[in-house]
Amino acid sequence: MTLSIDIRKRLSSQFALDVAFTAVPGVTNLFGASGSGKTTVLRCLAGLLRPDAGHVSIGDRLLFDSTASVDIPVQQRNVGYVFQQLALFPHLSIEQNIAYALHRRPRDEQRQRVNDIAGSFHIQHLLDRMPGQVSGGERQRAALARALVSDPSLLLLDEPLSALDHAIQARIMEDLRAWNEAHRIPVLYVTHSHREVFGLGERVVVLERGRVLATGSPHEVLDHPSHVVLANLAGFENVFDATVTDRHEQAGTMQCRLDDSNTDLEVPLTDASVGAAVRLAIRAGDILIANQEPRGLSARNVLHGRLADLTRQGPTVVAKVDAGVRLMVHLTPRGAESLGLRRGNHVWLIIKTYSCRIVVGGS
Amino acid sequence: MDWQAIWLTVRLAAVVSAILLVISLPLAHWLTFSRRRWTFLIESLVSLPLVLPPTVLGFYLLMSMGARSPIGRAWESWTGHSLAFTFEGLVVASILYSMPFAVQPIAAAFAQVDPALREASATLGASGVRTFLRITLPLSIEGVIAGVVLSFAHTVGEFGVVLMVGGNLPGITRTVSIAIYDQVQALQYREATLTAFVMLVFAFVVLAAVYGLRRRPWSATPLA
Repeated sequence: MTLSIDIRKRLSSQFALDVAFTAVPGVTNLFGASGSGKTTVLRCLAGLLRPDAGHVSIGDRLLFDSTASVDIPVQQRNVGYVFQQLALFPHLSIEQNIAYALHRRPRDEQRQRVNDIAGSFHIQHLLDRMPGQVSGGERQRAALARALVSDPSLLLLDEPLSALDHAIQARIMEDLRAWNEAHRIPVLYVTHSHREVFGLGERVVVLERGRVLATGSPHEVLDHPSHVVLANLAGFENVFDATVTDRHEQAGTMQCRLDDSNTDLEVPLTDASVGAAVRLAIRAGDILIANQEPRGLSARNVLHGRLADLTRQGPTVVAKVDAGVRLMVHLTPRGAESLGLRRGNHVWLIIKTYSCRIVVGGS
Repeated sequence: MDWQAIWLTVRLAAVVSAILLVISLPLAHWLTFSRRRWTFLIESLVSLPLVLPPTVLGFYLLMSMGARSPIGRAWESWTGHSLAFTFEGLVVASILYSMPFAVQPIAAAFAQVDPALREASATLGASGVRTFLRITLPLSIEGVIAGVVLSFAHTVGEFGVVLMVGGNLPGITRTVSIAIYDQVQALQYREATLTAFVMLVFAFVVLAAVYGLRRRPWSATPLA
């Protein structure tokens, strides 16, 4: 079942939503700054907000079509929605919350389904508790279970995990992925955190001021050179897949070999084991550039390469350097001038260990 | 003690607050959640008795219950007697008079239920009625109880409207507040003192119950 959406919605004189994309089964991140229209998209999909025009369908089931005057009411859409603040019913137990969508089904089936979904999200022992009596992570699990117990054809998540620490977030996402393996439905995960984009989704739809800026895998989307806005949104201009080659537990660092290259980088230690695949992200502004080999540095990563390109973009000079891999470096115009940088020059790149972020793999 | 008046007053207040509960739940729901622009007009209309002198309200009610008004004539042809100066007439008048005391706390309680909870209920397949019964109502129960208690108490305490619409017929329209007025007029101060004290204690107990239920001392009037 594939979600297909193509809608327009004017919310104010300043803001109009105009988006079209599709989402196949699996997790798709809906990524953008706050105010870019992410939640509006979710509300239109759930039927909580009526688009001015367009259509929404899941598989061959039409949910909304302005030309055919189709607008399935919220209650009949069977779309799971996990709200940012979760919206668990505070006066009902976790069990009653989860069973809420099942009231038309026989008692036995209700019990069966509640137990199954509670098992999938590891909250069987919490069923008798009230939402106010469990931890933040457990509440997220309960909200997911409640949204999924009736086998929705689409799941919408509005930044429900953003308040949790990354380890708990990762475990909950693992449970959601496992559930999604067995129930192949599209999952739309709204986030404004670049970490979540790299970590949680197989695909990304990037929104900017109510429009789709880019779609694709996180890597594709961020490598696409024309999207300066996107790079700024994500905050990382350099993203690499790499493999852990060595761990220095005492020093709190580990060694990574960038895929398809001979380039090694020392990065902060995570729980990724040797041989594990990780994804690294480095801000272009966090890299220093030198026109001769530097000595007496505390920085552990010094890469030698050649300057492939040098362009000025407003107040920033963007240097592209081939150092086994292609790296993007930001420097000031005066900095670039004082080094006398020319295309083809030998340069050395200096990258502090803690400027390398592990965005996927380990925590 | 005028036991007849007390019994009449309790009966009147019970009937009125029961009917008001039935009217106020949908009305408060509509006032709180309707997106229509003119809801404020209905809100003002419902709240009129708060600011209008009871005699003014009573006067209009008396006129509309009279044989010359269409409502009065319709009632008379249906029941065979006039609405004015009867228990039924008193009930109708009290409903209008006490309506803001039921509608306002209930509407305020509905409004503070997180809208996301109602939306979540809808996405989980619940109809509007189910959402109301399972989510909105249980989460506003304090406000609903406050509305019932206050409309009961307010009906017990009304005077001007009763005098205008009901007059002073023992066992039919003579309520406690009218009885006290009578006793004072007849210089029966001992009787009046006792009856007035009963009313005072009653009013205090009711307010204590409402405030106690809210557990937010002096945060607002019982209506807010």
